[in-house]
Amino acid sequence: MSKINVPLGPQHPGLKEPINFGLVLEGEQVDKATVNLGYNHRGVEKAAEERTYIQDIYLIERVCGICSHSHTTCYITCVEEIAKAEIPERAKAIRVIVAELERVHSHLLWLGIAAYEIGFDTLFMYVWRDREHVLDCLELVAGNRVHYAINTLGGVRRDITPEIKAELLKRIDVLEARTKYYTTLATEETTVLARTQNVGVLPRDLAIKLGACGPTTRASGVARDVRKDEPYLIYDKLDFKLITADTCDVFGRVVVRVLETVESCKIIRQVLNYLPEGPISIKVPWKVPEGEAVNRYEAPRGEDIHYVKGNGTDKPERVKVRAPTLANYHAVPHMLQGGWMADVPLVIAAIDPCMSCSDRALVTDKAAASSAVWSWEEMRRNGIEFYRRRGVDFSKVTLK
Amino acid sequence: MAIENILLALFYALIFPGIWFLATYGMTLEWVDRKLGAVLQNRVGPPWYQPLADFIKLVSKEVIIPKACDNVMFRNLPYFAVAGVTAAMMMIPVWNGALFSFEGDLIAVIYLLTIPTATFFLAGWSSTSPYSAIGSMRVLTQLFAYEVPLMLALIGPAILAGSWNITAISEHFARHPAYMPAQLAGFLVALLALQGKLERLPFDIPHAKTEIVGGQFTEYTGRLLAFFNMAVSMEMVVGAALLNAVFLGGGLGLTGTGAFALFMLKTLGVVLLLVVLRVLMARIRIEQMINFCWQILAPLAMAQIVFDIFLRIKLG
Repeated sequence: MSKINVPLGPQHPGLKEPINFGLVLEGEQVDKATVNLGYNHRGVEKAAEERTYIQDIYLIERVCGICSHSHTTCYITCVEEIAKAEIPERAKAIRVIVAELERVHSHLLWLGIAAYEIGFDTLFMYVWRDREHVLDCLELVAGNRVHYAINTLGGVRRDITPEIKAELLKRIDVLEARTKYYTTLATEETTVLARTQNVGVLPRDLAIKLGACGPTTRASGVARDVRKDEPYLIYDKLDFKLITADTCDVFGRVVVRVLETVESCKIIRQVLNYLPEGPISIKVPWKVPEGEAVNRYEAPRGEDIHYVKGNGTDKPERVKVRAPTLANYHAVPHMLQGGWMADVPLVIAAIDPCMSCSDRALVTDKAAASSAVWSWEEMRRNGIEFYRRRGVDFSKVTLK
Repeated sequence: MAIENILLALFYALIFPGIWFLATYGMTLEWVDRKLGAVLQNRVGPPWYQPLADFIKLVSKEVIIPKACDNVMFRNLPYFAVAGVTAAMMMIPVWNGALFSFEGDLIAVIYLLTIPTATFFLAGWSSTSPYSAIGSMRVLTQLFAYEVPLMLALIGPAILAGSWNITAISEHFARHPAYMPAQLAGFLVALLALQGKLERLPFDIPHAKTEIVGGQFTEYTGRLLAFFNMAVSMEMVVGAALLNAVFLGGGLGLTGTGAFALFMLKTLGVVLLLVVLRVLMARIRIEQMINFCWQILAPLAMAQIVFDIFLRIKLG
C-alpha cells in the first residue's frame, strides 16, 4: 500500500492550539510522524526583558491559559530568591491552594478534551459541567476564572476569608465525588477502554531517555514529581500520594490524572485547615539586585523550569521559560509510530499539550555548530534587513 | 399496483412518501435526535426549526470545489444519494401498505440503501484531499463491516414470515404479535447495524471530526453538503421505517391514518433507541468495528435465523 503524507494541523478540529504533525500514513497505520512547532511563538521571553518584574508577572501569566499560576509562581519565586525575600507562610499556603485548584481545573479540562478526541461527547459535557465548580472556586479566591493574578512580588494579592474557606470546602467535596465517578467510568466503560488501552505506548526506559515529565512519564512508572523530589512552598509539610501507573499507555495517563485530581482535593482540604495567621505579602524593593535563580515547579502538565537573571535594575536581564510540554513533545513521534491514524489525536491529547507554553526561539548556526539567543538590537536589525531585501523603505528608520 | 396517472406518480415521488415527506420527517427526527441528545448530556439543545435553518443556511453558501477533483461526479453525487434513499422508501409500508410491494422488495431496499454509501465513497474519492481519501476508504470498510449483519438480521423475520415482501412480513407479525419479542436478538443486531449505516456514534468513524476533519465530506460546502446531510437524515427515516416494518409489525392491522400515526410513533421509538446508543458510547476504531460486527453481530444474527427456522418448522 502506498504511503500518503497527511498534515495534522496547524488547523485541525482535534487540536486545541496550532501545531503541525507531519504524518506518513500507510493505509490507516502511522509510519512516521514529525513535530513542527512555532505557530504560537509570541516573543514572550524577549518582551519580558523590556518590562519591569511586576509587569512581567502579568506577561508570564499569559504564556498559558490553564497553567498560568504555575508560570507566575515559578517565575516570582525565582525573583524572590534573587532578592533574598522570605515570603510569609500564609502567602505560601494560599499559593499552594490556588496551585492545586489549578491542577484540578487542568485535569478536569483535560479529561473532557480526551473524551472529545475519542468522540465521547457525553463525558466531555459532563466533565466540563463539573469543571464549573472549580472555576467558581477560583473566582472566589482570585476574582477571575482563568489567569488568577494572585501572585505579587513578595506574596499574594488576595486573602482567603473564612466564608471563602467554607464555600471552597463544600465545593471540593462535590468535586471529589464527581471525580471518583469519572474514575469508575474511565476504568470500566468498554468503549473508553477499547480506545485507551495499548494506545500511545511509551516504555519506561524511553520515557526517561526522552526526558518526558509529568503525568506522561508517571503513567510509564517513573516516579518523578517536583513536589516530592524538590519540595517548594509548603509541599514538604503536606501528606499526599505520588500517583504512578505502569501500563505505559493512554489509559495509564487517564488513571494518573484522575487520581491526581482526587489527591489535589485532599491537599486543598489540608491546606485550608492549616492556613496560618499572618500577612499575605511583604514589601520587596522593585529594583532587584544582580544574581540569577532557577526554580522548578510541578505544573499540571509536568516539570516547569524558570530561569531569571537580574541586573540591579527593575527590569530582568533574561527570563527563560521551559514549559513541560516542550519536554513531552519528543515522546510523541515514538508514541505515534506503528499506531493507528484514529489514535493520533488522542495520543497527542494524552500528553496534555500546551502549545502556547512551549514555543521558544533559538538561533542555531549549523556551520559554526553554535546556538545563541539574539539580543534585542540583533533581532531588530535582522527584521529590518529582511524587509529591506523585499523592497520596504527604511530610510526614515535609524538603528540604535 | 400500476400508476397510470403521471401527476399521481409525481406526487408519490416528490411529496408523499417521497422527497418532501422524507425531508420533513427527516428534519423532525434530526431535531429529536439533537434535542434528546442534548438533554441527556445536561445541555439545552436546539429549537425545533434548527435542522431547517441549517439546510437553508447551507444552501445559501458558496460552493467551493477543489481544482483537482472530478467536477461532474463531485457536483452530482449528493442528488444520487437523495434519489437512492427516496427510491428505497417507495417499498416500505408507511401506512398499512407500501407504494410498490412485490416479492423480493426486501432485497431491493437493502440494495438501494447501499447507493448512498457508494455516493459517500465516491464523494470522498473524487475530492482528492488526504482527509477525504481516508474517509472514503473508511466508508467502504465500514460497509463491509455492518452490511452482512444487517442483511442477516433482516432475513430472520423474512424466514419466519415465509416471504421476501416487506409488507407481507409486517402483516405476518401483525397477525401473530407473539413472534415479535422472539426477534429481540435480531432487532438489536439490526439496530446496531443501522447505527453503522447512518454513520452515527459509536460508528461515525468515516467522518470522525477529531481525526480526519470531515472524512468524505471534508471538501463539500454549500448546497452539495446540504443535500448530503439531507440524504443522511432521510436515510434515518428509511432505516427506522424498515426496522419498524420488519421487526415491529408495521401497521399492526390498522388502516389509513391510524396506521400512519402508528408508523410515526414507532419510528420515533426506534430513533429514541438510536439516540440513547449515540449518547452512551465513545467512537471505536475501524478495525475494532470490523471485529465487533463480524465476531459478535453476525453470529448473533445467524443464531436468530436458526431460531426463526426452528420456530417456523415447529409452529408453522
